[in-house]
Amino acid sequence: MTQLDQTVAGAQGARPAAGGGRRTTRRGGERRGPWAAWIFVLPALAVYSFFTLQSLAKSVQYSFYSWNGIGEARWVGLANYAEVFSDPRRVTALANAFKLIFFYSFLSIALGLIAATLIRGLNSRWSRASQTLLFLPQVVPLVGAGIAWTWLYSSDGAVNQILRAIGLGGVARAWLADFTFALPAIGIVGTWVLIGLCTMLLSAGMTKIDPSLYDAARVDGAGPIREFFAVTLPGVRGELTVCLTVTLIAALANFDVVYTMTLGGPGGSTMVPGVDIYQLAFNQARVGAASAMGVVLMVLVLALVLPLQRIMRERP
Amino acid sequence: MNTARSSRSELWLGRIVLLMLVLFTLLPFVGMLSAALQPAGSNPTGIQVPTNPAWGNFITAFEMSKLPTLMTSSLILVLMVVPAGLVLATAAAYGIVVLRVPFGGVAFVVLLLGLTIPFESLIVPLYHLMKDAGLLNTRLAIAMPLVALYLPFGVFWMRAHFQGVPKEITEAAEMDGAGWWRGLWHVHIPLARPALTTLIVLYSLWTWNQFIIALVMMDEPLMRTVAGALGAFQGQYGTDIVLLSAGALLIMLPTITVFAVFQKQFVVALLQGSVKG
Repeated sequence: MTQLDQTVAGAQGARPAAGGGRRTTRRGGERRGPWAAWIFVLPALAVYSFFTLQSLAKSVQYSFYSWNGIGEARWVGLANYAEVFSDPRRVTALANAFKLIFFYSFLSIALGLIAATLIRGLNSRWSRASQTLLFLPQVVPLVGAGIAWTWLYSSDGAVNQILRAIGLGGVARAWLADFTFALPAIGIVGTWVLIGLCTMLLSAGMTKIDPSLYDAARVDGAGPIREFFAVTLPGVRGELTVCLTVTLIAALANFDVVYTMTLGGPGGSTMVPGVDIYQLAFNQARVGAASAMGVVLMVLVLALVLPLQRIMRERP
Repeated sequence: MNTARSSRSELWLGRIVLLMLVLFTLLPFVGMLSAALQPAGSNPTGIQVPTNPAWGNFITAFEMSKLPTLMTSSLILVLMVVPAGLVLATAAAYGIVVLRVPFGGVAFVVLLLGLTIPFESLIVPLYHLMKDAGLLNTRLAIAMPLVALYLPFGVFWMRAHFQGVPKEITEAAEMDGAGWWRGLWHVHIPLARPALTTLIVLYSLWTWNQFIIALVMMDEPLMRTVAGALGAFQGQYGTDIVLLSAGALLIMLPTITVFAVFQKQFVVALLQGSVKG
């Protein structure tokens, strides 16, 4: 996984100094100035500016208006933002995004760490083949996962079947119709999608840890637990940051799974920002409110992810 | 590695944990397969070994889902998005890293900004952009935004690759008097093959599985991506668990098959590409 290391290192952003442009004068036979080389960068930057940056700016602009998408837009100042933080539906959506972090990030990473530690010694053909299977949830569309899990969670589904089989028939229910359990049920789908990826990323990180560190820990009389905290955990710091970044974004920007499984129901109890934005803009024709939610979601992702990148950069 | 320190019991514990993980991962697929093989129109309960597997359900689902049409549609989208994305990202990274354009660092930081923007935050303006251009319900309305939205990762990815190319190679190409284009084409593209392969795998997969953009831009499910079509299929047959399961499995089968064949490339790509965040 040297490539991975490389990219992680790349993420640390050793910027190719803009001042390095002067060097081009050294190029024998090259008569075009360094500015001419912009012809390579310009197309990408133009496409990116036109679609992404322009949309970003328009999102911000729309968010200050009340607009149904067709008629006249009316300036409303910060009213849409006030609604994001006061309307119960918006607030629930934001709170749910944070609750999902527990399942998407914490659970997948914690279980992934345990699993990766325990399967470290395995190297047979079978174990490698089964580790490949763990990537399956990364390959199939999330909509497909949503359809499959909806069926598993239904009152006649496999989850209740398993519960009854182990004598827990009392807790069996239609999980996605339950106000309390629908959100955790969706969270588990997130865990299902991400646990394999986290396990494999962390596993790859652990193979790069110098075995002599473990020997040293053993000599010092460290047990498996202390060894885990003293050697393994610091050794996979970079991979942990990557896992955390990926899972955080997946949790906050959740759309496909909730859209397929509950559409935010029952009674808005599983509403998430992504589905809220979609419904506001395309079902209720409230473009301004949808955009304000979009801007808040974007800021939220940045606020959580940027500090992580800084931590990664500080890695020794 | 570390076989010496792994005792027998540790090995067994590892195997059991791995087995549990695999079972958890496979559970939804087994659930769907079990439901898909029950008699058509019945209400299946839980996971059962079918006494009389109704393979015919897959034929019905094949016809209902219009599988060949929607596969072709997804493929067209992939062919629209992936080459364009590849060319733009490679050229930009080449300009920034190898040719060191002035203010290339600034350009890169601006591009990097796009890496964390959730698609949902841009979907409303993108929709209106396409609507004003009269492109709604055309494949261009899906493909063009995707090229742009995937671009930050592509540039980020290719930049990391170009930075790993030894300085001597770049400089040798320069001293030969090879122009920028020839340097790119004859020296850097051949060297970038592994990085490009990974990018192709990821771009194709993301396009194939893209949902929200396809949902918003295209009303006709058969002209969406596979994920978009799957969502529509669920909307139409949501109550018929048997047919829905058979159809969903069929729609996902090509992806799973391609994954099974190229598993090594996929695993490498997914592991490396997860730095996307």
